[in-house]
Amino acid sequence: MEVDRFLTEIIAAPGLSGYEQPVARMISATLGRFADEVRQDQLGNVVVLKKGKGEKRPKVLLAAHMDEIGLMVTKIEEGGFLRFTSVGGIDPRTIVSQEVILFGKKELHGVIGAKPPHLTDEEERSRAYTMDEMYIDLALPEAKVRELVSVGDVAMIKREAIKLNGTSMAGKAMDDRAGVAVMLACLQELQRLHHLADVYAVATVQEEVGVRGATTISYGIVPDLGIAIDVTHGAMPGVPEYDTCKLGEGPAITVGPNIHPKVASELIRMAKEYNIPYQLETATGPTGTDARAIQVARGGIPAGLISIPLRYMHTSVELLDLEDIKLSGRLLAYFIAAVNSEYVEELACF
Amino acid sequence: MLLIKKLTEAYGVSGDEYGVRDLLREELTPYAERIETDTIGNLYVKKGIGKKPRIMVAAHMDEIGLMVVGFESNGLLQVKTVGGMDERVLVSKPVVVGNNHVPGVIGAKAIHLQKPHERKKPLEIEQLYVDIGVKSKEEAEKLVKIGDYVAFMASTHEIGENCLIGKAMDNRVGCAILAELVKIDFNLELTAVFTVQEEIGLRGATVAAYNVHPDFGLVLEGTTASDVAGVEDTGYVTKLGGGPAISFMDSSFIAPRKVVDFIVDIAKKLDIPFQLRRLTTAGTDAGAISQAHAGIPSAVISMPCRYIHSPASVISLADYENTLRLAKGVLQAIAEGGLSLEGIA
Amino acid sequence: MKELLKKLSETYGPAGREDKIRQVIQDEVKNYVDEVFTDPMGNLYAVKKGKGTKIMVAAHMDEIGIIVTYIDKHGFLRFSNVGGVSPQILLGQRVTFGNGVVGSIGVEKLDDIKKLTLEKLYLDIGAKNKAEAEKLVKIGDIATYDREATVMGTRMIGKAMDNRAGCAVVIQALRELKETENEIYAVFTTQEEVGLRGSRTSSYRINPDLGLAVDVTLVGDTPEPPQLNVALGKGAAIKVKDASVICHPKIKAMLSELAAKHSIPVQLEVMTAGGTDAGAIHLTRKGVPSGVISVPCRYVHTPVEMVDLEDMANASRLLTAFLSSPVKMQEAFPCALD
Repeated sequence: MEVDRFLTEIIAAPGLSGYEQPVARMISATLGRFADEVRQDQLGNVVVLKKGKGEKRPKVLLAAHMDEIGLMVTKIEEGGFLRFTSVGGIDPRTIVSQEVILFGKKELHGVIGAKPPHLTDEEERSRAYTMDEMYIDLALPEAKVRELVSVGDVAMIKREAIKLNGTSMAGKAMDDRAGVAVMLACLQELQRLHHLADVYAVATVQEEVGVRGATTISYGIVPDLGIAIDVTHGAMPGVPEYDTCKLGEGPAITVGPNIHPKVASELIRMAKEYNIPYQLETATGPTGTDARAIQVARGGIPAGLISIPLRYMHTSVELLDLEDIKLSGRLLAYFIAAVNSEYVEELACF
Repeated sequence: MLLIKKLTEAYGVSGDEYGVRDLLREELTPYAERIETDTIGNLYVKKGIGKKPRIMVAAHMDEIGLMVVGFESNGLLQVKTVGGMDERVLVSKPVVVGNNHVPGVIGAKAIHLQKPHERKKPLEIEQLYVDIGVKSKEEAEKLVKIGDYVAFMASTHEIGENCLIGKAMDNRVGCAILAELVKIDFNLELTAVFTVQEEIGLRGATVAAYNVHPDFGLVLEGTTASDVAGVEDTGYVTKLGGGPAISFMDSSFIAPRKVVDFIVDIAKKLDIPFQLRRLTTAGTDAGAISQAHAGIPSAVISMPCRYIHSPASVISLADYENTLRLAKGVLQAIAEGGLSLEGIA
Repeated sequence: MKELLKKLSETYGPAGREDKIRQVIQDEVKNYVDEVFTDPMGNLYAVKKGKGTKIMVAAHMDEIGIIVTYIDKHGFLRFSNVGGVSPQILLGQRVTFGNGVVGSIGVEKLDDIKKLTLEKLYLDIGAKNKAEAEKLVKIGDIATYDREATVMGTRMIGKAMDNRAGCAVVIQALRELKETENEIYAVFTTQEEVGLRGSRTSSYRINPDLGLAVDVTLVGDTPEPPQLNVALGKGAAIKVKDASVICHPKIKAMLSELAAKHSIPVQLEVMTAGGTDAGAIHLTRKGVPSGVISVPCRYVHTPVEMVDLEDMANASRLLTAFLSSPVKMQEAFPCALD
């Protein structure tokens, strides 16, 4: 239950790439309750350390990014309309007529506007709005806007979590706060399991602009292995089955060059042993996740990747099944409980 | 000849380099002071440990290929490409799937069944399947797993005048030459690194260069020979039979002029025919090595391969001999203190 | 600053061949710092020793260019680009090599200007045949625009303002800098134009506490401009974000406060494409809080780049103020959650 509530809270919180501090505080407060130590590095990664018990304690890194995509003001136009660019990958078609919260000198409410259909000709109406054509309208006089807003201020789509049928939930920033919720589920499970490994659960920053947080934290921690937790595309019409995973059928375990084969096989073995449903996902090159950075940090760190199936990625109605989060947390906990120094030494033997 | 045949016929798609690595380990263990792997799968062969300078010579083991991503209900395998594959090359080629080397062929709708406008378009990967001769998905799943790698199947043999044809010349030629270098004694610390995952972004070399931290990095590669019909002389990258190609720039690095001149001088002194690689795009492991730590001076020597990234690449054995001679000459000159690493840029 | 910028702008120094510009800069800074040295990537380091916070200031000294790939029997040269050179802008240009050889860019017969690509262009260095050409240049040699820098009012027009303007700002700041407890590593970096390569290795070497890049930025004050906030002549720009870095909010705030305190005109900058050395610096090792001071520049990557000397003076004042201010790392950049 706590995992659901936690996710509901953190997906509504602001935390754009590079501006993660509000959500970082919430995450460190909750995850910190299960930890021996909580700290933050110079880029803002939140590191939650839960120590293992024993003489030889391998270091296991869990990485789920807490940053979300959003908007940034590039220019204040006459009339106080705000031009913007995206932070991370945003489909301009999904933001038309969305309400936004802009973080200026104070929190401001606005709406994304564009020239209305009545004033556009047929040719214009047949194509999608581009980001250049849109603006944020705060419904404030220009002078007031200039007083409260600066170029470089960030904004996010205003969206509370939406509880849907059964165990489904939709909202913004599920990518990848769902992964952060998996870390909570995992830490909870670990309370009742014996584990040798020191677990570094890291809520990473700036994944959406190029896996930047994972780059520095992997260098800083130097773990014996690292597992990224992210989201993957859920099954939907018009997309080949092999490019998607099914919602509610358990975590997706990635295989491919980016992933250490013995990490993937061990995750699969654990899923089978503890009857946790799982799905396989293939990645034929470096993945677009923190695992990309982990694998090549320093002299190489064995990487794994598990993902939560999710539909409508990078919109404000990202939809997933909460059961997948709990199953992923359990899988990770059992995996970690089995990690010992013999296992990590084997990872350099090809 | 025997080694290059064995190496090219071995399987080693990016991320799945077992076949090549095992072969090299067996071949080179008798010559190595230390031989080891790391967590990404690079193979390190060390000699002259403790001597100076410390030189890393790298050749990537991986080849481009495919990966199984799903099954059709009739047992055909759905695949995606691994590395920079020209999809037009794929149709009607024999392949092997997975570590059990299940044989298969890449099939597509027969030309009789295609409409005239379809025949003009290249077949895209979504239209191609690997057929391993089973009747159902269930039968296929007994032989093949999701995530299994698929490599071209091709035997290597002589062709024309002193040429060799086969798959994966890029970069088993580099591996073969590096293996030959390991068997020679140089008065320096040599770490031969057979790297993984070059074709998907220089990933093996990135960690290898961090681990070795050499004074100088030399990369042995296979590169495009474009001295073929339909290509203007101005567009040649390298010429088959023109000797080893020295890089001055690619998309991943710019060679210090001093290093290029150093290698050119050695080629002239030893009377080895050589050429400059006239393409400034495509990356090599030198990109990763030169950016490791606080920066490491690096160079690339490549062997021309016609029809690179296809299962029927052609190399010249004269080029092979000359590339080996040049690489050997470079290491000897470095051992004799011929390359000053001060103020190299 | 005017004479300095003119000299820097006119000096040859494409990515990978920075020896000449490095020498010029070295001569300009050596009397104002405690130590200068270079590294295998060709970066130039100018160090002012101190016991306090270690700050790296990076200004890339390389410029874009073209690299010779082929010499034909008539002595014409074919080439490829080094960094962001467009064929449209090269057409009709005069270019120069490091050894003083000059050439004209010509174009093959073209029925449609839209079909213009680099492959259709060639370089004519006045050689009558291949042998003559080979005496003048070698394959792998790099040429840059050949252009004199000219002052128009408070503005200067010329090639390589990107980023000799940034180099001049840093040199000026080093000259003006009084005693400071900070340890300052000014690095004139190489190969920025081909992927932030010099800054990546130099910041690894230095392992600084803080990073600051000084580079040019694009403007939105010309006819039918892109939607950018920065204008020429309205002051130094403080970067918020570009494609390579999201500047550390604290450094952005420190720069804004210093500008207000010293009455230095500044503008905030969000660049939607392109990167700077800060992109490499901030991801070095365990991560380095980094920011950027930018010089507004029109017509970037052409031979007629235009900067405003007053913007540069303001950028230099801001940089000097930043480098002079003691930074208590523990207080300013606490690693613990508050």
